[in-house]
Amino acid sequence: MELQHVNVKFFVDGELAVEPVRFIDIFHRWIQDDVMPGLLIDVADYRHVPEGPGVLLVGHEADYCMDCTHGRWGLRYNRKAPLDGTNEDRFAQALASAARACLQMNEDCAAAGGLAFAANELELFINDRAFAPNTAETWAAVEPELRAFFKDRLGHDDFSLTHHADPRARCGATLKTGQAFDLPSLT
Amino acid sequence: MLRVWEQASLACQVGEGDMKASTTLWKERLDGKLPQALGDEIDAFESEIELRRQGKVEDKVFAETRLRRGAYGQRYDNGHRHDGKKTRQLAYPKGKNTKGPDTVWDAPGMLRIKIPYGGMNPDQLEVLADLAEEYSDGIAHVTTRQDFQLHFVHLEDTVTLMRRLAAVGITTREACGNSVRNVTGCPYAGVCPDEAFDVTPYARALSKFLLGHPDAQNFGRKFKPTFSGCAQHACGLAAMHDLGYTAVTRTVDGKEERGFTFVVGGGLGAVPHQAKVFDDFLDPKEMLPIAQAIARVFGKHGEKANRSKARMKFLIKKWGLDKFKEEVLAERKSLSDDPCWTEYLEGAEQEQEVPTRPPGAMAAPNGSEKYNRWLQGNIRPQRQVGYFTVAVALPLGDITPNQLRGLADIVREFTPGTIRTTVEQNFIIRWVSGADLPALFAELDAIHLAEPGAGNILDIVACPGTDTCKLGISSSRGLAMELRRRLEEKCYTMDEAVRNLHIKVSGCFNSCGQHHVADIGFYGVGRMINGYQVPHFQVVLGGQWEENAGAFGLPVVAIPSKRIPEALDRITDYYIRMRQKGERFNVFAKRVGKAQIRQLLDDLTGNAPAYDADRNFYSDWYDPREYSTDDVGKGECAGEVVSQYQFAMTDAERMVFDGQLLLESGDVQKAGEHGLSAMLKAAKALVQMRYDDITDDPDEIVEEFKERYYDTQLIFDPFAKGKFATYLFVAHEASGQTFTKDTAHERLEESQLFIEAVHGCYNRMRMAGGSLSEQN
Repeated sequence: MELQHVNVKFFVDGELAVEPVRFIDIFHRWIQDDVMPGLLIDVADYRHVPEGPGVLLVGHEADYCMDCTHGRWGLRYNRKAPLDGTNEDRFAQALASAARACLQMNEDCAAAGGLAFAANELELFINDRAFAPNTAETWAAVEPELRAFFKDRLGHDDFSLTHHADPRARCGATLKTGQAFDLPSLT
Repeated sequence: MLRVWEQASLACQVGEGDMKASTTLWKERLDGKLPQALGDEIDAFESEIELRRQGKVEDKVFAETRLRRGAYGQRYDNGHRHDGKKTRQLAYPKGKNTKGPDTVWDAPGMLRIKIPYGGMNPDQLEVLADLAEEYSDGIAHVTTRQDFQLHFVHLEDTVTLMRRLAAVGITTREACGNSVRNVTGCPYAGVCPDEAFDVTPYARALSKFLLGHPDAQNFGRKFKPTFSGCAQHACGLAAMHDLGYTAVTRTVDGKEERGFTFVVGGGLGAVPHQAKVFDDFLDPKEMLPIAQAIARVFGKHGEKANRSKARMKFLIKKWGLDKFKEEVLAERKSLSDDPCWTEYLEGAEQEQEVPTRPPGAMAAPNGSEKYNRWLQGNIRPQRQVGYFTVAVALPLGDITPNQLRGLADIVREFTPGTIRTTVEQNFIIRWVSGADLPALFAELDAIHLAEPGAGNILDIVACPGTDTCKLGISSSRGLAMELRRRLEEKCYTMDEAVRNLHIKVSGCFNSCGQHHVADIGFYGVGRMINGYQVPHFQVVLGGQWEENAGAFGLPVVAIPSKRIPEALDRITDYYIRMRQKGERFNVFAKRVGKAQIRQLLDDLTGNAPAYDADRNFYSDWYDPREYSTDDVGKGECAGEVVSQYQFAMTDAERMVFDGQLLLESGDVQKAGEHGLSAMLKAAKALVQMRYDDITDDPDEIVEEFKERYYDTQLIFDPFAKGKFATYLFVAHEASGQTFTKDTAHERLEESQLFIEAVHGCYNRMRMAGGSLSEQN
């Protein structure tokens, strides 16, 4: 099963202590300074929409988003352009890109005391319902790949993967680890 | 040394081809599940995209083609963007490939999705939710014409979006471009206590009739119809539409008859025009033929070269209403009867939505302030006792996928299964039993859709503006967001007269935010101060929302964007202090005079801070970049003027291309048949230049073509003479033949040569400067 358009979201640790309006400035600077690889295009401000995409950095290959879906702030990486390679390659690319963006965001929020991301939880889903309709069958096929991937990346299997079972949601899971992960090591 | 994430990025190269890798999967999955007509249209567009990719379709033609399928451009799609320090080139992978004049192929665009009269069902809400997640920025946006828009969509994904929408009965066709745009309609139609009758079936009929109608393909500009159930409320805004139908009844011989006060030639834009009464009682049986006749008149006589004068309002202005009416009625007489005129209206008088839950009295207010305000501001009784409409206010018209799904569940649970969008960028849920209001509120509140105050001063309407529109001059959404933020704090302590004001903001003078019909409107302009560009807004007063957009406001003064909140405070304070009892704002503004109001605001226009003292003043709301109008581009609202001939020939070429694909796939019979279809299309294109009423009947096309172009030798090539033209006659003669691979191949070759002959004929005629269009 080919799994494209992988999304990874790292959650903000605790309550969001930074005013979301700051993310607008930060994302504009990322464009000016070519902070992320790929083509960065524009910034979209959706802070007025409850539990929405918050502030979005639109790119050609991918978007970066300080996202508040389900009421939890976090940085979400949305891979838009398809990638060659294996599913593992695509998981790795999304995970690494999201982690890199979190580190950068933390650095850019230094003036506001920094922005820490939870080191024991993340979300990964496939933003494509054709490749990955959210069914039990899909999850049965995806879960082993994800487990193997995270075991390799984290260096242990002390984690749980909770499938997002709502059939209307995108196929994905929330990972929670018993041992904190180190963001730089995920990049 | 590259870090892992950089290695991963380089190792996984961007694949060639479509942006979304699942395009083929969706095509297979939805094969056979789409309404035939919609499916065929989308397949045709897919071929056109491929032809454009191969450079076989002219830029301008492709631009209008995609606009007529709702695939619009967005800001920065010329491939550059000012980032606050400098203008940077956006280095897209497909380089200089374009999807229109000065419009880069890979640049994100917008897909406009038509929702006739705003009517939707839960399945459609859910599909929209999925599409917003998978192809856009995670937000679906309701427009001021009851449509939806998805932003940051790649052109190559639009075909899949269209298929998935078509599977739930939605089209994007003619959402943009020089076409009949969405037919809007009162969202309370069928339930409003004040309506003459339910206009829903009539809006639906007109929408269906005009969609893709041959007589509506030759416009020089867009065309907007609307329906209203009454004259006194705002709902249909008939006065500002090209065609406005307001329901009225009369009694003849003791029997009530339905009709419409029918107005024509309204429009906003830079200079608004009020529509004029064409007929004060239009019989519904004449609704469709008159619309068709108007389309023909507009297509034939509307301005096409000067885009800024090409709306129908200018034709009426030029001719006067009497002459316009005369031409339309003459055209009406010439029309052959079309059974659709009556078929599409069958059952209209009997149509009635049926509630699924028993009626109930409205529950009394409870201890919750929010609930009580919601009851007061968002709920209206229907004319059907025991039922209520619920307005769902969307901030700036935006809604998330999770909210859309939640709303779908609510609609299924509490209503007969329909919901309407509004031109105030909200939703109206109908047929809610009074007894269900508390439960409905709780469910809406759980998904943050229970904000009170729909339609009040907090519920600001704004066009996309500089966020995504190429024409945006100042940030309409940024200003709207700021005004909302400030008003939220004090809205419910304000005088009710102020609380009920309508504020509308447009990013430029084109009035997509409908600032002309607001109590207080704003539109974006730029000004120079201290040698720097500074975002400003014109303050527009005197507009009237009620009575179907009863009056248009005028600009009073341009004020720097960062001072607009102060300006609004002064205007509303002055209104409260100086108004007479019960005096509405537009009446008040007229009475005190704009000069007086301007005096209030004059000091806001000067004394700008120095650039280094307050850089914030020199940037727009929630955009830290130094303000610049350098990114204002050429809009696509005006579309491209592409003649019927060009469109038809593009179609013909596409048919040959599709035939080749069919041949490759082994469907030789269909491949051969495509050859004849392509030739007939091309022949008709030439015939139509001289004979408007040519039908699609192959016998008629061949006969007319022979008489006008073959017997006269106009089609004769200097070298091949009439040889290529005879391919049409031979193919037509052999209609129904059984093809082999070889004969299908030959037929396709011949059809391409025939098309070349048609091109040659057209070009020779143009070079000779002869009349291309002569009436029969």
